[in-house]
Amino acid sequence: MNVSQISASELRRSLHDPGFGIRTGPFVVRINSPIPSVADGLGLLYKDFPFAVNSFADFHVRLDRPYNLHRVWHPQVVCYLNDECPFAPLPSDQALAVFESLLNWSIYATTYHYLIIHAASFERGGCAAILPAPPGSGKSTLCAALVSRGWRLLTDELTLISPSTGSISPLARPISLKNASIDIMQAFATREVFSPKVYNTIKGTIAYMRPPSESVARMHETAMPRWMIFPKYQAEATTSVKLLPKGLAFLRLASGLVNYSILGAMGFEALTQLLERTQCYEFLYSDLNEAIDWFNRLPSTN
Amino acid sequence: MAIDTFLKSVLTEPKPLMELSEPQWDVLIHSAQRMGVLGRVQYRLAEGGLVNGVPTQPRMHLESARIVADNERRIMRWEINRIARALGELQFPIVLLKGAAYLITDMPVSNGRVSSDIDLLVHKNNLATVESALIAHGWEHTKLDDYDQFYYRIWSHELPPLRHRERGTIVDIHHTILPPTGRLHPDPRKLMAAAVAVDGSPFRVLCASDMVLHSAAHAFQDGDLKRGLKDIVDIDDLLRYFGVNSSFWDELVDRSQELNLVRPLYYALRYSSLVLNTPIPPAIMDQCRKFAPSWPTGQLMDYLVAKIISPRSQGWPGITHGIAASSLYVRSHWLRMPPLLLARHLVHQWRQRRDHRSE
Repeated sequence: MNVSQISASELRRSLHDPGFGIRTGPFVVRINSPIPSVADGLGLLYKDFPFAVNSFADFHVRLDRPYNLHRVWHPQVVCYLNDECPFAPLPSDQALAVFESLLNWSIYATTYHYLIIHAASFERGGCAAILPAPPGSGKSTLCAALVSRGWRLLTDELTLISPSTGSISPLARPISLKNASIDIMQAFATREVFSPKVYNTIKGTIAYMRPPSESVARMHETAMPRWMIFPKYQAEATTSVKLLPKGLAFLRLASGLVNYSILGAMGFEALTQLLERTQCYEFLYSDLNEAIDWFNRLPSTN
Repeated sequence: MAIDTFLKSVLTEPKPLMELSEPQWDVLIHSAQRMGVLGRVQYRLAEGGLVNGVPTQPRMHLESARIVADNERRIMRWEINRIARALGELQFPIVLLKGAAYLITDMPVSNGRVSSDIDLLVHKNNLATVESALIAHGWEHTKLDDYDQFYYRIWSHELPPLRHRERGTIVDIHHTILPPTGRLHPDPRKLMAAAVAVDGSPFRVLCASDMVLHSAAHAFQDGDLKRGLKDIVDIDDLLRYFGVNSSFWDELVDRSQELNLVRPLYYALRYSSLVLNTPIPPAIMDQCRKFAPSWPTGQLMDYLVAKIISPRSQGWPGITHGIAASSLYVRSHWLRMPPLLLARHLVHQWRQRRDHRSE
């Protein structure tokens, strides 16, 4: 059964008590919260995701109101992963963003059987592109734009590479857009659905784009990486692409990987193989249509 | 199968586990993770050839735990190597304790065990030499105020921890195994005298009985059993490993009397056998019964230990678990210091926390 198959009021009720599990790619997150905006946000963004009933949960997440003055006065949200409380309380109107960050953090903090790259990735014709980049490089914007034009969303933040097969396990979770890119994307991808804006977070204003139903339906289908593209958004720039030597790409990637050093030799092997099977580019852009044209012209044969 | 027997069976007879439902695996994996024994669980399942029978999702958590534990072990090996380089020329005995000792002697207890801190034991007169040698090789004091430095140097059984300025790893230098302010005073000279050299290394490790007694003292005299099961798993592993040698058990009991550690030994044997079915000769159990505390104290300890190690079906602690945890915390402090010193220590900690908050 999918999230969309129960009514908004029923969703709020069951999220509060006893909570429910949602399957996102290889993981099940079990969520429990009395906060209506969390239930509404999940109903909107996770509409096509299946409930996981009576199953193992990888992460137990709870978003609650604190038992102090901040329950009513400047209301706050406190979050728990398993029984630990990893972040300080935040204003309760950020609850949806808190959930998304907490889930990212849960995956980062406990997953070592994948090599995790902080990158967006998407697929077409069996070939996946990975876009690793620091915040502000326009990786999520580019990802949202391509996904709205028919590429399959694999992930917006956490690219999970299996060390044994080299393939990407999709999460297909909502795409997080920040500040100016929210309005740009709402105008660009008029058929897509966006969450309400969440203001004044650490990263500024955030809104989420709902993943396309087809990407969610295929979230158990892994994809082989074919391109490694380091994007950079620069106002007024004309699209320009430069082949990046693999040694340089390796250094750029390895310095930003979260669990790379813990994986030891296995991490090194996985990263080397990943670079062996991908072509690496530096990609400078400002115009989304031009950028999409370039991606669409990538040879799609395997 | 009742939920609170999960961990016992995974660590002792894991076969029936293959029948577990997914929600039962959920409780097992998350409880083991919280208590820091998931890596041990993975190794024990793997020894029985049972890992592939575990459903995919919980198996991935076991796999992750193994990768993390193997990494800690790699870090620790390198750290021991670096400390050997810093201290190898010194002409007095240096004993590795706990995790580092298990690793350097390749004991099964080190498989899947997480902790990369290194504990050293040296004679009190040699503390300063070891401290300055490590500082000369890149270790430094973690930020500590005057009170902390004073506390460690006057009342503790170890120097303030040193952290390597590049690798961030921690070394604790001990001159004995329990705080001098506490009630039990095992003589460190006896520990040092019985310590055995490790081939191909400048270090020594405690002899078999002393290793067990140290682990028992750490769990039941000095610690607050915060990771409850982790300490008991260590004790169980050590007893299973050394216990195959029949002379070990009598030596252990004799040594506990010599070192004034009979009560911690009693607790260690009792809870290790109760919780993890450790095979202990019945005659030894009988002999140790005279080291038991008074009846009400024994009852209370049974209750607290059972509470602290029981897996929880939900991701957050119940109120009785919280009370048990704080009781054991209070107990550990009570055993560590006389009342006046404890009062002074707590007032200082409270002040510091208050100042920290108002900053």
